Order: sequence, then C-alpha cells, then structure tokens
Amino acid sequence: MTGSIAAIGAGLSAIGAGIGIGLIGGHALEAIARQPEMYTKIQTTMFITAALVEGVALFGVVVALMGLK
Amino acid sequence: MKASQFKKEIIFPVLLSIFCLFSTASFGFEPSESDSLHTKSETGQVEHISKSGDVDITKVAFEHILDSHYWHFWGEGHDAVALPLPCLVYSNTKGLQFFSSSVFEHGHAEYNGYTLVDEEIITSDPNEKIYDISITKNVVQLLLSSVLIFWIFVSIAKSYKTTGVTSAPKGKQSFFEPLIVFVRDDIAKTNIGSKSEKYLPYLLTVFFLILINNVLGMIPIGANLTGNIAFTLVLSTITLLVTSFSGNKHYWGHIFLPPVPKPLLILMIPLEIIGIFTKPFALMIRLFANMSAGHIIVISLVGLIFIFKTLWVSPIAVAFTLFIDVLECLVAFLQAYIFTMLTSLFIGSAVADHNEDGIHNADDDKITTTH
Repeated sequence: MTGSIAAIGAGLSAIGAGIGIGLIGGHALEAIARQPEMYTKIQTTMFITAALVEGVALFGVVVALMGLK
Repeated sequence: MKASQFKKEIIFPVLLSIFCLFSTASFGFEPSESDSLHTKSETGQVEHISKSGDVDITKVAFEHILDSHYWHFWGEGHDAVALPLPCLVYSNTKGLQFFSSSVFEHGHAEYNGYTLVDEEIITSDPNEKIYDISITKNVVQLLLSSVLIFWIFVSIAKSYKTTGVTSAPKGKQSFFEPLIVFVRDDIAKTNIGSKSEKYLPYLLTVFFLILINNVLGMIPIGANLTGNIAFTLVLSTITLLVTSFSGNKHYWGHIFLPPVPKPLLILMIPLEIIGIFTKPFALMIRLFANMSAGHIIVISLVGLIFIFKTLWVSPIAVAFTLFIDVLECLVAFLQAYIFTMLTSLFIGSAVADHNEDGIHNADDDKITTTH
C-alpha cells in the first residue's frame, strides 16, 4: 500500500467539512421547524452555504491529488 | 513531504495555468509520470491493465479529467475509438507548424523531431523551444459549447424581438426564460442593486457558459472543461478585472485606507491587497475542484468493480454511481449559480454606495429590502 501524507490532509479537511455541513443542516432544520413558511428561502441559503463548505473539503482533495505525483 | 517540495507542487500547476492563459490551449495539470504499474505492450501502447490483470484506477481517472490531443470515445488499446485532434506547435527554429495528432500514433511515433509523452509534445532538439497551442479536447469542447450557446441565445433573442417580452415563451425560450430571470432577479439585483443592468450580460454569459459546459462534461464522452484549472483561471481573472475596473472610490478607499487605527494600517493594507486576489483565486479552485472531484468519484465508483474483481460488487457500484451522477446534476447547476452569485457579490461590493461613515445609502435597494 503506497500513498501520500497529503491523503491525511484530505481526510482532515473532509472532517472539517463534515462538521460544517452538519452544523448547517442542523441549524437549517431548527430554523425550518421554527418558521416553516420560510422553508424555500432557508433551503436555498442552506445549499449555498453547504456548497461553500464543501469547496473547502475539495481544496483538500486537490492538494491530495497534487501529492499523488 | 518537505515544505519546499509541497510548495513547488502547488506553484507548478498555478504557473502552468498562467502560462496557458497566454497560449490558447487550455491545459491544466500535466498528467503524472506513468509509474511501474503501467506496462507497455509490444507496440509500446500504454495499457491500464498490468500483467496480473489489475486496473490502475488512478491512471484511468486522471485520463478522464485531463486534457488530451485525442478525443477518446470508447475502447482500450487497439480497440480504442478516438478522434485525433489538430496540433499547432510554435517553434523558435521551425516557426508555426500544423499537423494532426494521429502522426504520433498514440505516443509511439516521432514526427518532425517531436514526440508525444504523457499528452505533452516534446522536442528532441535541445536548442528548440516549442509552445504547444494545439486544438485539444477542451478547446474543441469550448468551441462546440460556444456555438451551442450562440445558437440558443441568438434564437431566443430573435423570438423576443418578434413576439415581444409580454407574450408566452415558446420552445427553447420556455426552458431558458426562468433561468435568465433567475440570474437577473435573484443573483444580479439582490447582490449588485440598482446598477445590476450593466453587469447582467457578463453574469448571464458566465452562468450559461459554466452551466452548459458542466452538463456537457457529465455526458460520458464529454470533456471535463469546467474541471480544468486554466479555464476557471480565465473566468476568475475576468471577474477580477471586472471587479477592479468597476470599483468606486469607497471600494478602493476601504482597501488602501481602511477606517482603522493608524498603526493597524501596516497590517491591514497588505491584507486587503491580498484579499483582492484571494477571492477570485477561491472562485477558480472551487469550480475546478468541484467538477474534477465529481468526475473522479464517478470513475472511482465504477472502478470498484475492477478493484474487487467480482461481479457481485457491481449492483452497489452502479447504484452509487447513479446516485453521484444525479448529485452531479445538482452540482452542475449549483456551481454555475455559486460562481455567478459570488461574482455579482464581488461586483456589488465594488460598486456599492457608502456615506462617509460607511453606512449604505437609501437607494441601495439590497439594504432597504432586508432592513
């Protein structure tokens, strides 16, 4: 089994993004439960924020891919 | 991994992509050196399958996301169906040369002193400097998608001219009108405010260019154009230029003279200047990473069948691939939306009116509607 130390970094960034998306999803659920009529607006904002957080995890993936060389 | 080596490996693709900005070929990463797993067959053809029957998924995945001098459709080795694309090479000794990439016979023939090694044209003459400006797979897809976008939007514009904006949309128009209105109202107007009309052509162009190329890239034989760092670099550079040239005195005032205590200026001014460049840089990496990662995940899930070498894993692999593919459909729209939204956010911050104390004016409808 060969690999690069960058893969560990990718894993760590995935943990960070996991926590981030978990927080976003959890708080979005709370907000929707409190104000169900704002469902669509909250959902849109949730998707945008989740995509932004996901981007950070993908930065880690890119660095890990560079580590493959 | 040493810090210097790590730094070098980040800087190299970035420098390479800056170089590619000035050549027309949109090369991103150079493919990695083929390691010992890739054996060469009798004809010298690089194979993905080693003698023991193992398939190198990393190699296959990279070949799918990287640019190429061939448009590979299907098949492996001798059965491969691929369209050779034209090569344009500028040399300081031989001048501009034009030939088909089929002259290299998939990397094991020499032509005019050039060889094709890992999708890179290399010259055997040490005194010769060559610039590869070939029409590669990504360039072809960019041209095809430009023609597609031109056809779609010219015909839509024509139908608005003949039937007017008040009558019900027809055909293509009914699909694209909600998207155009979405970009105009939900992206441009909410983030830029009253000056949004001026920037709408750019935002619409960016949105549909990214969206259509994302969708084309998801078709199995499509090229991964939006997952190419040179392509995203050009888009984010245009965003940087648009933001910088439309910045008013408040925007530049906040960068070169932020309202902070005097000693802090030493720290704040460099940070603000770096901030101008990090925002488009993040845009570049976000689109590139999201699209490339999506393609790699799909390939890797299919590759599970070849890693486990059993048929029984295929239902799981195919189900997950379908799931990720559907998710990628969402991501294709989402990334086009996010790129456009952040671009309009940056433009909005550059053109926003402020009073001397930094409070927004009443005509800034972004603020008046939310507060």
